[in-house]
Amino acid sequence: MTTAVSILPEQQLAVLNAAYRQAVSRRRLRLLLGAAVFAAALILAAIGAEVNLRTLFTYFGNFVSYFDRILTLENGQRVWTDVGEWFWGWRKWLKMLGETLLISYVGTLIGATFAFALNFFAAENTSPAPWLRFVVRRLLEFARTVPGIVFALVFVIAFGLGPMAGVLAIAIHSTGALGKLFSEIVENADMKPVEGIRSTGASWLSCMRFAIVPQVTAGYASYALLRFEINVREASVMGFVGAGGIGQELVVAIRKFYYSDVSAILLTIVVTVFIIDITTGWLRGRLFGKEART
Amino acid sequence: MTRPQEVDAAQIRARYPEMFDRPASARLATPAMIVAAFAILTYGLVDLDFSPSRFVAGLSQLGWISLMMIPPDPGSSLPVYLKALGETLSIALLGTTLAAVFALPVSLLAARNIVPSNILRFPVRRFLDSIRGIDTLIWALVWINVVGLGPFAGVLAIAVSDFGAFGKLFSEAIEGADQKQVEGIRASGGSALHEIRFGLLPQVLPVIAGQVLYFIESNTRSATIIGIVGAGGIGLQLAEQIRVLEWQKVSFLILMILVAVAAIDFISGKLRFAIIGRRAVA
Repeated sequence: MTTAVSILPEQQLAVLNAAYRQAVSRRRLRLLLGAAVFAAALILAAIGAEVNLRTLFTYFGNFVSYFDRILTLENGQRVWTDVGEWFWGWRKWLKMLGETLLISYVGTLIGATFAFALNFFAAENTSPAPWLRFVVRRLLEFARTVPGIVFALVFVIAFGLGPMAGVLAIAIHSTGALGKLFSEIVENADMKPVEGIRSTGASWLSCMRFAIVPQVTAGYASYALLRFEINVREASVMGFVGAGGIGQELVVAIRKFYYSDVSAILLTIVVTVFIIDITTGWLRGRLFGKEART
Repeated sequence: MTRPQEVDAAQIRARYPEMFDRPASARLATPAMIVAAFAILTYGLVDLDFSPSRFVAGLSQLGWISLMMIPPDPGSSLPVYLKALGETLSIALLGTTLAAVFALPVSLLAARNIVPSNILRFPVRRFLDSIRGIDTLIWALVWINVVGLGPFAGVLAIAVSDFGAFGKLFSEAIEGADQKQVEGIRASGGSALHEIRFGLLPQVLPVIAGQVLYFIESNTRSATIIGIVGAGGIGLQLAEQIRVLEWQKVSFLILMILVAVAAIDFISGKLRFAIIGRRAVA
């Protein structure tokens, strides 16, 4: 089958082509310039980070064989041939896993409570005074920007080794993160109910309680659940600095080259994170499905 | 005018029973959830060895530490810290770029509109999920075992853990792309690769660039902490100074991190705006 494609006359094409090339060439130049700057930054970074491709090539086999080794039992068999031997410490690990979940739960709840108490001062539309808003915002920013594990390092020294430091570190970090998200919800809330309540002569506190809180609780709970999910991951590494949870077992296993233990603990963590993700996703859909749709 | 009709409460109650008598399950659900939440909280506090005396002692320690932190002072190690900060930024930039480069082809395999077969897509997605389920710090520990202590292990750790996240985000961006342009390419006789190159990539690249920039930003934070397990950067210095209780140096390092993160936030915000703006113009 033949098709006829109409072709413009030569001189008309030349003009159009020239215009097209000019339009494209300017964009290409900018793109090229951007790419060059980016490449320069990468090379600089590679020097800064002591990247050594030869090391990578020499040791990449190690990376692959590492996974081979963590999937092999002491007796040279693959781990899944003897699950009982692979998960020999499951009682201890389950207990540590429970501790991890508790750390993230308590940390999230404490963090959410503080964020709830603070966010009305940080939101633009409800804050009673500009200076208060400024102070609370900077405070939340600080709590959010300093990584949780740095708090954990300091708290381990102040409160002693153990899960308490982990809980407090997670609580502070969650306060910062949730406080910001909560205050954004408040900023998006409808202000008409507040005016209605204020016109009856109610105090600031009653305005918040009866006009804002009913609008925002669903959003708060949804974000808190999301945060719980993130905190489970975070709590799983708190043990690295001695702040409790399953991370302690993992770091010992990795550092002492107990290969099959590493894979067993990693698998436990990954499966737990999956289950938590799915459960909270389901729970959020169940609880807040209607609000999300409107 | 007539007076408003006397309201017979009983009659209204009979007419709208659901307004007055919500089922017991609905009325009890909220308090029950709150009670359960606090029961678990109390159990958790007891199980995790929270005691008021320990808490108060810790707080006074913490107050003491904060006092010792003032004023922030790097001592004589400022050049070392600046170098460590540069290392951290390098780790973030390189790790994120590596992750993005490797994630792009894999994300094509995980996108519904490229690979329609569920059976092919499922393992790719689960693979990405499991990589994401493992924290960056754990990857750092693994890579230290492989390439030794130092920033290079950090680069690889960030690259691997972001690879999982990017794979998912990119594939979502690709699934959200408009299919009409792809169909147009196909109609003019393009191959499958042409469809991806000219139909999909121009649509998804700005989205992807925005996400990569955002990750460079958030990885500046991650890169500060992977040093704690020995993978280079400013976190290494921070962890060391905390362990030897040099609080003035600690507060200086924390300030440095905060400033660096704010600066990166600012720059990447501008860049992202520029990229999205260019897309709106073109």
